[in-house]
Amino acid sequence: MSEKTMNLTLYVWRQANAKAPGKMERYEAKGISPDMSFLEMLDVTNEQLIKQGIEPIVFDHDCREGICGMCSQVINGVPHGPEELVTVCQLHMRRFNDGDTIFIEPWRSKAFPIEKDLMVDRGAFDRIMQAYGYTSITCGGAPDANDHPIPKWQLDRAMDAAECIGCGACVAACPNASGMLFTAAKVAHLNMLPQGKPEGARRVKAMIAAHDLEGFGNCTNHYECEAACPKGVKTAFISYLNKELIKALPKGAQD
Amino acid sequence: MSMLKSSVGRKLTMAVTGAILVLFILGHVLGNMSIFVGPEGINAYAVHLRDLGPLLWVVRLVMLVVFVLHVWFGIQLTLENRAARPVDYQQKKNLVTTFAAKTMIVSGLVLLAFVIYHVLHFTLHVGVDNVDQLAKAYMGEHFDVYTMVVTGFGKAINVLVYVAAMILLFFHVSHGFQSFLQTLGLSNECVQPKYQAVGKFLALVVSIGFISIPVLIMVGIVKL
Amino acid sequence: MKLVNPANKRKYKILMVGTGLGGGAGAATLGELGYNVECFCYQDSARRAHSIAAQGGINAAKAYPNDGDSIRRLFYDTIKGGDFRAREADVWRLSQVSNNIIDQCVAQGVPFARDYAGYLVNRSFGGAQVSRTFYARGQTGQQLLIGAYQSLSRQVKAGKVKIHNRREMLDLVVVDGHAKGITCRNLITGEIESHWGDAVVLATGGYVNVFYLSTNAMGSSVTANWKAAKKGAFFANPCYTQIHPTCIPVTGDHQSKLTLMSESLRNDGRVWVPKKAGDKRPANEIPEDERDYYLETKYPSFGNLVPRDVASRNAKLQADAGKGVGASGYAVNLDFRDAIKRDGEKAIRERYGNLFQMYEKIVDEDAYKVPMRIYPAPHYCMGGLWVDYELQSNVPGLFVLGEANFSVHGANRLGASALMQGLSDGYFVIPYTIGPYLASTTPGAVTTDHDAFKESKAQVEANIEKLRNIKGNKTPFEFHRELGKIMWDNVGMARSEESLKKALTEIPKLREEFWQNLKCVGNDKEVNQQLENAGRVADFLEFAEVLAFDALNRKESCGGHFRVESQTEEGEALRDDENYAYVAAWEYKGEGKAPELHKEPLKFENIHLAQRSYK
Repeated sequence: MSEKTMNLTLYVWRQANAKAPGKMERYEAKGISPDMSFLEMLDVTNEQLIKQGIEPIVFDHDCREGICGMCSQVINGVPHGPEELVTVCQLHMRRFNDGDTIFIEPWRSKAFPIEKDLMVDRGAFDRIMQAYGYTSITCGGAPDANDHPIPKWQLDRAMDAAECIGCGACVAACPNASGMLFTAAKVAHLNMLPQGKPEGARRVKAMIAAHDLEGFGNCTNHYECEAACPKGVKTAFISYLNKELIKALPKGAQD
Repeated sequence: MSMLKSSVGRKLTMAVTGAILVLFILGHVLGNMSIFVGPEGINAYAVHLRDLGPLLWVVRLVMLVVFVLHVWFGIQLTLENRAARPVDYQQKKNLVTTFAAKTMIVSGLVLLAFVIYHVLHFTLHVGVDNVDQLAKAYMGEHFDVYTMVVTGFGKAINVLVYVAAMILLFFHVSHGFQSFLQTLGLSNECVQPKYQAVGKFLALVVSIGFISIPVLIMVGIVKL
Repeated sequence: MKLVNPANKRKYKILMVGTGLGGGAGAATLGELGYNVECFCYQDSARRAHSIAAQGGINAAKAYPNDGDSIRRLFYDTIKGGDFRAREADVWRLSQVSNNIIDQCVAQGVPFARDYAGYLVNRSFGGAQVSRTFYARGQTGQQLLIGAYQSLSRQVKAGKVKIHNRREMLDLVVVDGHAKGITCRNLITGEIESHWGDAVVLATGGYVNVFYLSTNAMGSSVTANWKAAKKGAFFANPCYTQIHPTCIPVTGDHQSKLTLMSESLRNDGRVWVPKKAGDKRPANEIPEDERDYYLETKYPSFGNLVPRDVASRNAKLQADAGKGVGASGYAVNLDFRDAIKRDGEKAIRERYGNLFQMYEKIVDEDAYKVPMRIYPAPHYCMGGLWVDYELQSNVPGLFVLGEANFSVHGANRLGASALMQGLSDGYFVIPYTIGPYLASTTPGAVTTDHDAFKESKAQVEANIEKLRNIKGNKTPFEFHRELGKIMWDNVGMARSEESLKKALTEIPKLREEFWQNLKCVGNDKEVNQQLENAGRVADFLEFAEVLAFDALNRKESCGGHFRVESQTEEGEALRDDENYAYVAAWEYKGEGKAPELHKEPLKFENIHLAQRSYK
């Protein structure tokens, strides 16, 4: 609860729409309290811009408690900024100092076209999910929830993968703009559970194929995605994904 | 089989071909060590290899296919990866990736050039002095590999090229080894750092092994 | 109940607005049945609806722990927790399908917590004496939503569901008294689009952002519901809002959002304030005998674990008496010192580690060393559009699911019941109850060619023009903040005739200023978040008045609605079952006119009404 405020220099990517060229613009953010979240700092800056007759910065945000996966900013070269295991909305300004210069850019990837300023279109992730990110269970026919005991370790492992919030920081961080960590987390979550096993081979093939179609780069094991992931999803799941594909390769007839 | 053309399929191909190349390199470096036994060592080793006859050609052919696949996919994947981010960041800070990982395409392409140079030099004997003399120099009927190598590394430029290439090989293999295990699905967060350490160690052993030959020749410990 | 022939289902088109637990599950299930479904959400992906933020868990009467739970008990707890202001039949059905929800979710791959043998485990939650809450770490909501979103994705692939993301519904199209479509804005291109459907389903969540600061997502609004209300749908019990007691307090005017921390913290934390008003010493310097553990003194048997509404109200009383802590004075201490002394820091860390970590990230204080500061925050609304047992509103063809309707929580919702309701409505109610309505209509009878769509579109466009052309000086944020202050101060945790009347004079004044002094910059044919906010605030400014009206009309206290005039001698909520055992459904009568009240009497045939007591 400190009383002092900060003044910051922001360089923000401004781009009118998907087709327009963009560039970095310089703004001053004045009177920023260290208790503000990064997004609140942008709110305040936007209010200041509006009063100056400048169009406010567009950025995606919604729940502001780190779970919806909407916020998507690369801050000083790191997706979701300098603090580990948080999303932009949970990053607080006390991580910065008075007089700092902050660079704010959108996720950059061919598969995530920029809609405006810092807002990108992550429909590619939805399409990967539509490829086979589900179990083919129809509502109403489910057996009792305790019919398939799932050992705790196995469940915990699947849950580790299921923590993914689909924000896309992995793509933003990857030197190749690959979406492999997301794809792997989704495949692992389901393939590791008995409910997902029967369709495991079909799932892994379909989801990798969908990933490739979207124009993501290929995974070359830089592990930057893991370092940027606000939920700590591990690249071990990519290894698991690879293994699932190897296991699925001989099952050509199932395609 | 279409999955082999997918990103992960090609990554698997890179891993498997890479592993075969590493095995080849391991055999190669072990064979090369016979030079320290003296002329009999490496020349006998060379004769032994030639005696394999058609099998040698099978191995050569397999290695060629493996090598071409590795290079071809390596270039293709890199081009795709570059295209995946058409507009680059103004500021980008990488947190964990290594110099080796970031420079795979550079080290790879240089090694490609080096391999061509190396095959031309020591296999096809381009630029080797007195090839005709050497041809029957060992036991009157075999090529004298020892003399060729030692005289070859008498030239500082050759030593420089070989040492430089082997330093790049160190980087290439140090990323490649753990990458191979990760790609084959044999990794998890406990063993991943160990793989990285083992990869570095292996790469170091191989490159020191290779580098030791020109260096020891240059300083005169191994001589004619 | 009439059914739609399977071969005929493909001839019908249903519009689903919202893709949270209710909407996502509903759209997926309707798609499975064979209907054509078109889905709308304002987020960039259906997976991001605010259901995702629920932490605690989901209730079901599985009775796995063998602790005497049953459908009947879940039913009773829910009715009682709602302070006897919900419809019995709806709650009974909810309790019945609660078990199917768990089965369905597990089959989808929702990773509910399990024990070493592989069986599901439960935790306890407020308002129940059994363990019936299923959970997935601290993110049950996200896991359930992903389950629904997976099913939805499957239907998208099957071609049965089409998702229109980044669309905001701005009007309901009613043709001959039936809901036949919506008008929405494409938030990327700014295009105003018309969509027709044989029925319209709203699953658009709650409205507590009317208080400006709440635990809801920034985009949560009353807009879709309010537009439907303006087209004739009744708004039921808008005054039933839930204020959650354990949230991180406000730090300044810049605050945009409040963060909830699981109320499980009250199991070990002791709530206190300094005995002396205005005592601003750091918490650890205040000696034991100068601390007032007011919940423990006042409610010796429940102590710190009194229900949400009681805990919230008492925190406000302390702050109002000048005993609040922190820079703003709007906070109370939640102290773990004694628990740490008793059980050791390790035990506390195991129980609440993630919450302490979250607290530290936001507040930058170590709650193992100094007490947490907490304060209540608006969290959920029990009120919503009026629906019958089939979840159909009074406008035929308009169905409402989840938090957007009013049906099962009465005047107060129990923890872990919101997820249950959303999924129940989506998976197990709407697929059955929409059939009879559809069976009585001709599929595709009305499409966007109808004049009603053109009129609606013109009206929406005119409204946007109006917002953009005010060219005043105050941003939507500023108006929203002012409205929130009026609502929080006068229609918040404790409401009186005086405060409500004050609100009812201040809201129209602010609304008038809004339409004269709004500054809404940017173009309308592109992404324009200012315009989106302006529209939402405009609707809140109208809706807030109905909320206050309802609160003024209900001269009793019940659940989340506390009228200071109606309390027991101990200061507890005092119901008036004789005069207020009814659902208040408000009909919009036009701007500046008082809404008209329709009463649906509540009959309790299986439950005996009793005064809640937590002493």
